[in-house]
Amino acid sequence: MRNWFRSGTPWIWLNAGALALSLVMVVGLLSLIAVRGFSHFWPADIVQLTVVEDGQQSVAMGELVRSQTLASSVITDSGVVLESDDPLITRHLLKVGNRDVYGRDFRWFLEPNVVKREYPANAIGLERREWGNFYGIPVRLLEGDTEIASGDAVLAELPARIKRVNQLYADIRSIERGEIGDINHRLQRIRLNERRLELNENTTDAEMQRFQQQAEIERETLEQEFLVLRGELDQLYASAKRDQLVMKTADGQEVTINMGDVVHAWAPNAMNVFQKLGHYFPELWNFLTGEPREANTEGGIFPAIFGTVTMVLLMSIIVTPFGVLAAIYLREYAKQGPLLKIIRVSVYNLAGVPSIVFGVFGLGFFVYTMGGSIDQIFYPESLPAPTFGSPGLFWASLTLALLTLPVVIVSTEEGLARIPSTIRQGSLALGATKSETLWKVVVPLAAPAMMTGLILAIARAAGEVAPLMLVGVVKLAPSLPIDGNFPFIHLDRQIMHLGFHIYDVGFQSPNVEAARPLVYATALTLVGLIIILNMTAISIRNRLREKYRSDSD
Amino acid sequence: MQSNTEFKRTPSAENRTMNHDDAMKTEPELNMADEKIKLTVDDLNLYYGDTKALNGIQLAIPEKRVTAFIGPSGCGKSTLLRCFNRMNDLVDSCRIQGQIKMDGQNIYDPSVDVAELRRQIGMVFQKPNPFPKTIYENVAYGLRLQGVNDKRVLDEVVETSLKGAALWNEVKDRLHDNAFGLSGGQQQRLVIARAIAIEPEVLLLDEPASALDPISTLKIEELIYELKSKYTIVIVTHNMQQAARVSDYTAFMYMGDLIEHDVTNKMFTNPSQKQTEDYITGRFG
Ligand SMILES: Nc1ncnc2c1ncn2[C@@H]1O[C@H](COP(=O)(O)OP(=O)(O)OP(=O)(O)O)[C@@H](O)[C@H]1O
Ligand SMILES: [Mg+2]
Repeated sequence: MRNWFRSGTPWIWLNAGALALSLVMVVGLLSLIAVRGFSHFWPADIVQLTVVEDGQQSVAMGELVRSQTLASSVITDSGVVLESDDPLITRHLLKVGNRDVYGRDFRWFLEPNVVKREYPANAIGLERREWGNFYGIPVRLLEGDTEIASGDAVLAELPARIKRVNQLYADIRSIERGEIGDINHRLQRIRLNERRLELNENTTDAEMQRFQQQAEIERETLEQEFLVLRGELDQLYASAKRDQLVMKTADGQEVTINMGDVVHAWAPNAMNVFQKLGHYFPELWNFLTGEPREANTEGGIFPAIFGTVTMVLLMSIIVTPFGVLAAIYLREYAKQGPLLKIIRVSVYNLAGVPSIVFGVFGLGFFVYTMGGSIDQIFYPESLPAPTFGSPGLFWASLTLALLTLPVVIVSTEEGLARIPSTIRQGSLALGATKSETLWKVVVPLAAPAMMTGLILAIARAAGEVAPLMLVGVVKLAPSLPIDGNFPFIHLDRQIMHLGFHIYDVGFQSPNVEAARPLVYATALTLVGLIIILNMTAISIRNRLREKYRSDSD
Repeated sequence: MQSNTEFKRTPSAENRTMNHDDAMKTEPELNMADEKIKLTVDDLNLYYGDTKALNGIQLAIPEKRVTAFIGPSGCGKSTLLRCFNRMNDLVDSCRIQGQIKMDGQNIYDPSVDVAELRRQIGMVFQKPNPFPKTIYENVAYGLRLQGVNDKRVLDEVVETSLKGAALWNEVKDRLHDNAFGLSGGQQQRLVIARAIAIEPEVLLLDEPASALDPISTLKIEELIYELKSKYTIVIVTHNMQQAARVSDYTAFMYMGDLIEHDVTNKMFTNPSQKQTEDYITGRFG
C-alpha cells in the first residue's frame, strides 16, 4: 500500500479522475442542450387521446411534450379528485395547439383518465403565422367559394398552396422592407435636410423656399410611388387570403383557417422516418434563417444570429487595434517602474470586474455622454429623437470591446515578451530603428499571441448578456443593422442577440411551454456560433503561426 | 601607408588557399605600424550599473584585416564588441566613458545617427537569429529598411550576398521558403549574408561558429577569409585554433582589461605577457 502511494499512482488517478469529471460535465451539458434543441424540429406524432374526467368523456389531439411521474398527493393537493389510490401518478403534457379555439395550447392529462390513445393517419399539424399551431383533421379546401378538395384529398393539395402563400408573403416582405422602407428612408432624409437648413443660421429665406418647393415635389413623387406599392401590397394580401381550409378539431368543431396564415403543414402519423427527416432539416433551416413571430415564441432567430455576429465582429475590429497598441506601449515603450506596475495591475483587474458594471458604464458614458454629444454635433436635425444618444449596435460593441480589452492586452504582452531578444537585436544591428524592428519583425511574430487574445475575447463577448441589455440589445429589433440604405451599416440601430434572446424567450415569454424548446435550440445555436467564430480565429492563428514559425514556438 | 597596405594585401589574397595552415606559413610579415587603422578605442571604460566591465581599453583595429578577441568567459569580449555598433545602448544600466573613433569620427558623438552607424558596422551574433521570414526577405531586409524596393536591385543584391556568404548554391531553389527551415550552419551564413547585403565597412562576429558543427565552422572560417578583402572584421572566439587560423591580429582580454594586442602569429608563438601565454597554452581560463 505504501509502495502504491509512493509510486505516484494515486496522484495519476486523481488527475485522470478530475479530467474525466470535467469531460462528463461538459459532454453532459452539451448533449442535454443538443438533444433538447435538436429534437424540437422533429415532427412528433400527433396523438388523439380520449379521456374521462369527472365522468365526462372528451377527446384531445396534439403532440406529446413530456410525461411526468409524481406522488399522487402533489396532484390531489392541487384540487383534483383522484379515483385510484396509487401513490404514484403519471401525467402527460400535450401540446393541443388551437389557441384561437381553446384559449391555451398546452394541457395536462392524467394517465388513469386516458381511456383511448389513437394516431389517426389523417391528422395534420399546421404552423400558423398567428395563434400558434393547429392540430386537426382536414375537411375541405376552398378556393374562393369553390371547393377544391375534401377529406383526405386535401392533404395532396396543401403543399403547392402553402408554397404559393409563402412566396406571396416573401414578396410582401420584400416590398415592405425594401421599397417601402426605401421610400420612408428618403422621406426621412428630406425631412432631416429641411430641418438642417432651418437650424443653419446662414440659410436665406429664398434658399429655404427653393428647398421646400423642391422637397414638396419629391414628397409628391414618393407619395405617388408609395400609393402604387400600397396597391400592390393590398393585391398581394388579398391574393394570399384566397384559399380557406376547413379543419375539424378533435372534439368535432369545424374551424375555417385562412390559408394565408399557414406557414407549413405536416401529417406526421403518415410519415416514415425518411419523410420525417425530409421535414426535419427544412424546419431547422427555417429556424436559423427565419424571423421571430408571436413574441419570439415562434419562427426563427435569424436577426439574433445576425446581431450577435455583427456585434462580435465589430467588437473585434475595435478591440484588436486598441489592445495591441496599448500592449505594445506597455511592453516596449513605457518606462518600467512602479507607475507601470500599477497600470498593469489595474488592467489585469479590469478583467475581473463584473460585466454588468461595464454595462452601466457603457450606458452612462458611451450612450448618454458620448452619444448625446455626437447627436448634438452631427445630428442636430433629428433631435430630440436620439440617433447615437440611445443604446445601439456601436455602443454595445464598444462596451464589449472595453470588457475584453484586458484579455487582448495581456495576451499581446505575453506574446511580445516571448519574442527572443536576439531577433530584435538582429534587426537593430542592421540599422533598423526601434519602431521599424517592432512593426517589421516583432509584431508579426507576436501576431499569433494577439489572435489568442482575440479568441478569448470573442468567446467572452459572444456569451455576454448582462451589459448588453443596457447598451443596445432588445428583444425585437425592427430591422437588421446592415441593409441596402445608406450608410449600409447602421451603427445606431438596436440589435437582437442570441444570449438575450434565450433570456427573453425563456423568462419573459407569455407562453412558457411553447418557448422551452426554443430556449434549448437557441442555446445550441449560440454555442455553435461561438464554436464557429473561435474555429475561424484559431485557423487564422494557425496560419499565422505557420507563416511566422520560429524556434521559440 | 595606404599604398603599403594595398601592396601587402594583393599577394596575401593570392596566397590564400583553402588549407589554412599552409597559408599561415606563406603569410608575409604583418606589422601594426604599416596598417591603416579603421577603428580606434581610446581609454574606454564601461559600467553595468556599478560594476565595471571594461577598464581603460586602448585598442586600434586595422582596416581589411581580421582581429580576434580572445579571453576567458566574462572578461568583456562581447561587451567591447558591442561597443563598436553601440548595441550596448539597449542596456539601460550601461554607462560608457571614453571614445571609439571610426575613420577619425567619434561614434559616441551625440550627432551620430545610430541606425546609420549600424549600417556601416554590421554584426553577427553567437546564435543564428534569422527573422521569421523567407530566405529572400531576410537578406533583403536591410535594403528594404533603406527604402529599396526595386525588385531587380533586390534580386541582384540577394544573389550576390548569398554568394558572398557561400550559401547561394544551397538555397537558390528555395529562396522563398521560411528561413527557419535551414540548418544551424546555413542560418548562420544567412545571417552573414544579411549583414553584408547592406555593404557595411566593418563586420563584428561574436562567436559566430560556437553553435555549429566542425564542417559548418570550417565554412564560416573560409568565408571570413573571403570577406577580409572587402571588410574590416572583428571576431570573438573561444577557440584558440580558430583565432590562430582566421585572424591577422589578436587581442587578449582578461577581467575587463586588454592585456595584449599583437600580430596573431606573434601572440601564439611568442607572447610578451605571461598571462597571455598561460591562457593560450591552456593553463587557465
Ligand atoms: N546586460 C548586462 N547587464 C549587466 N551586466 C552584464 C551585461 N552583459 C554583460 N554583463 C557583465 O559584463 C561582464 C562581461 O560580459 P561579456 O558578455 O562581455 O563577457 P564575454 O567575454 O563575452 O564572455 P563569454 O565569453 O562568456 O561570452 C560579465 O561579468 C557580465 O556578467
Ligand atoms: Mg560573449
